[in-house]
Amino acid sequence: MIETKHVDFYYSGFHALKDISMRMEARTVTALIGPSGCGKSTFLRLFNRMNDLIDDTRVSGECLIDGEDIYHKSVAVDELRKRVGMVFQKPNPFPKSIFENVAYGLRVNDVRDKSFIACRVEASLRAAALWGEVKDKLRESAFALSGGQQQRLCIARALAVSPSVLLMDEPASALDPISTSKIEELIADLKRDYTIVIVTHNMQQAARVSDKTGFFMMGELVEFGETRMIFSDPVNEQTRNYVNGRFG
Amino acid sequence: MKWSRRFVERIIEGLFTLSGGVTSLIILLVVLFLFREGAGLFTSPSLEKGYTLCVHASNLTGEIDAREVKRIFDGEITRWEEVGAGEMTGEIDVFHASELPRVEDEAVMPRVLEEIVGGRRGIIAFLPDEFLPAGESVVKRLAAGRVTPGDFFAGDEWQPTVSPAPRLGVLPLVTGTLLVSFFAIILALVPGLGVAIYLAELAGSRARGWLKPAIELLAGIPSVVYGFFGLVVLVPFIQEVFDLPVGESALAGSVVLAIMALPTIITIAEDAIRGVPRALREASLALGATRWQTIYRVVIPRASSGITAAAVLGIGRAVGETMAVLMVTGNAAVMPRSLFEPVRTIPATIAAELGEAPSGGTHYRALFLLGCILFAITMVINLSAEFIATRGQGKGEGA
Repeated sequence: MIETKHVDFYYSGFHALKDISMRMEARTVTALIGPSGCGKSTFLRLFNRMNDLIDDTRVSGECLIDGEDIYHKSVAVDELRKRVGMVFQKPNPFPKSIFENVAYGLRVNDVRDKSFIACRVEASLRAAALWGEVKDKLRESAFALSGGQQQRLCIARALAVSPSVLLMDEPASALDPISTSKIEELIADLKRDYTIVIVTHNMQQAARVSDKTGFFMMGELVEFGETRMIFSDPVNEQTRNYVNGRFG
Repeated sequence: MKWSRRFVERIIEGLFTLSGGVTSLIILLVVLFLFREGAGLFTSPSLEKGYTLCVHASNLTGEIDAREVKRIFDGEITRWEEVGAGEMTGEIDVFHASELPRVEDEAVMPRVLEEIVGGRRGIIAFLPDEFLPAGESVVKRLAAGRVTPGDFFAGDEWQPTVSPAPRLGVLPLVTGTLLVSFFAIILALVPGLGVAIYLAELAGSRARGWLKPAIELLAGIPSVVYGFFGLVVLVPFIQEVFDLPVGESALAGSVVLAIMALPTIITIAEDAIRGVPRALREASLALGATRWQTIYRVVIPRASSGITAAAVLGIGRAVGETMAVLMVTGNAAVMPRSLFEPVRTIPATIAAELGEAPSGGTHYRALFLLGCILFAITMVINLSAEFIATRGQGKGEGA
């Protein structure tokens, strides 16, 4: 379960997130939608502290995963990131073999047991619905795969370290429609084991894959509720206009 | 209005094309000149210009190569049986131009010579051309051998001013150059990479802000200043620490060159490391890798071609460097046997000797051919750097 309480976020002088409070239940898919620059990606990146990489940023409020404040001094960021996996907008496999890409998270975690690694790699590739396509070419470069396969490889890579949360930042925006639908099916599958938060520009995608949807605008969480409700009968006028494609 | 603008653009385009063409032409001409001057070496006589070797007319030895001439005059060969086809026997009687008697009028010299040579059957004399008697005489010119490619490229002695037959073997110089450059790069690579990684990955923007220009400034310091530093600080230091008779050594050259190659290595390697897509770093960090794990498992492998290019270009800089090396390596043109002995590099040789080599002479041409060798070495280095760098670009591109 992920929970934020009155979270504010600043890029030097810019107030990027304003008093966000939100609850995302375990094993659900939450979609974050909103126009470009509304803060939804920034919000997503709070949960694996990716925003820490940017100089001169500040966060206040509470950000809890399974009840633990992940911005507390005692939290080791690399440990946190093992629990909170992330899939990026563009497929970004390492310049290594398919096998090594998936094994990477285990190797940096000092796992040396070869059979365990092989086992995790296979399980992760299966979970990412990629095993059948790559099982005969695990030693080949990851760049030999198509864009959609690369993105599923990146998902497998994130799953290999057994996270409980999976953050997806527009995971299908660089893919063709067929690859996109595969990713969406995958999300529906993964929901059984992972808490998923997905940022998307694609309204239909949000409607198809998510249980709950949050609509962001100018750093504020305008409306948050059941996806069905957000798309059919939103409370807020701005939400209605946005989901109906009047702006954005 | 329109036609006038088009006209002006034509002229500007023409000027750019012209300057590009002229520049390329000049570069080409320089290279051609270098090779033209150098190529003459193998048709020049192996003897000093204006001098001839003479023997008694009854001596049937046809030609003596440069190596034998030197050994004869060094006293290593003392009998005629050891040279030529063995038609001539007996003790070799070496006669040098400096032994000629002083005469008032040099016109009588050919007669004097005939007398000297006529009385000594085993003589071999090294004499200025103009003293030789014209026409039939007891004084026989020995056909002068030519400098052979074998002598030049595989010769292990570089004694270009030795009389009567200068030795023009480039091996000591080539080995000296490669030895000094190789160790320079070994010395420069680790700290250079360290600084590049620090600058690209770890340094805060303020540290970067003053460190980067400082390093680039280092590249602009004249090499003679590095040489001076090496001579005054490094050479005595090396002499002291390693307890050497002289501190001027290959090691001193390597250290100075390493310092000089650092800016090149740092700048190019840093560019390569910074060129690694941010997405790859984020992917690694998002999997729970630490910053250092990300650097050595993802960033450096991805930047490896750029880093290799940096090292190779650093070598390129070191190989061609002249002044600083000339000042600190001691310049002994002998085959280097260790890092602690004086060596002489190709550029240092050219710089030091071209001024005293008579234009068009054998020595002069040999120096030009040395220039060609240097040119070939640096060209191979630069081409391979480019090859490595471009090969690396293809890899690691996303979908």
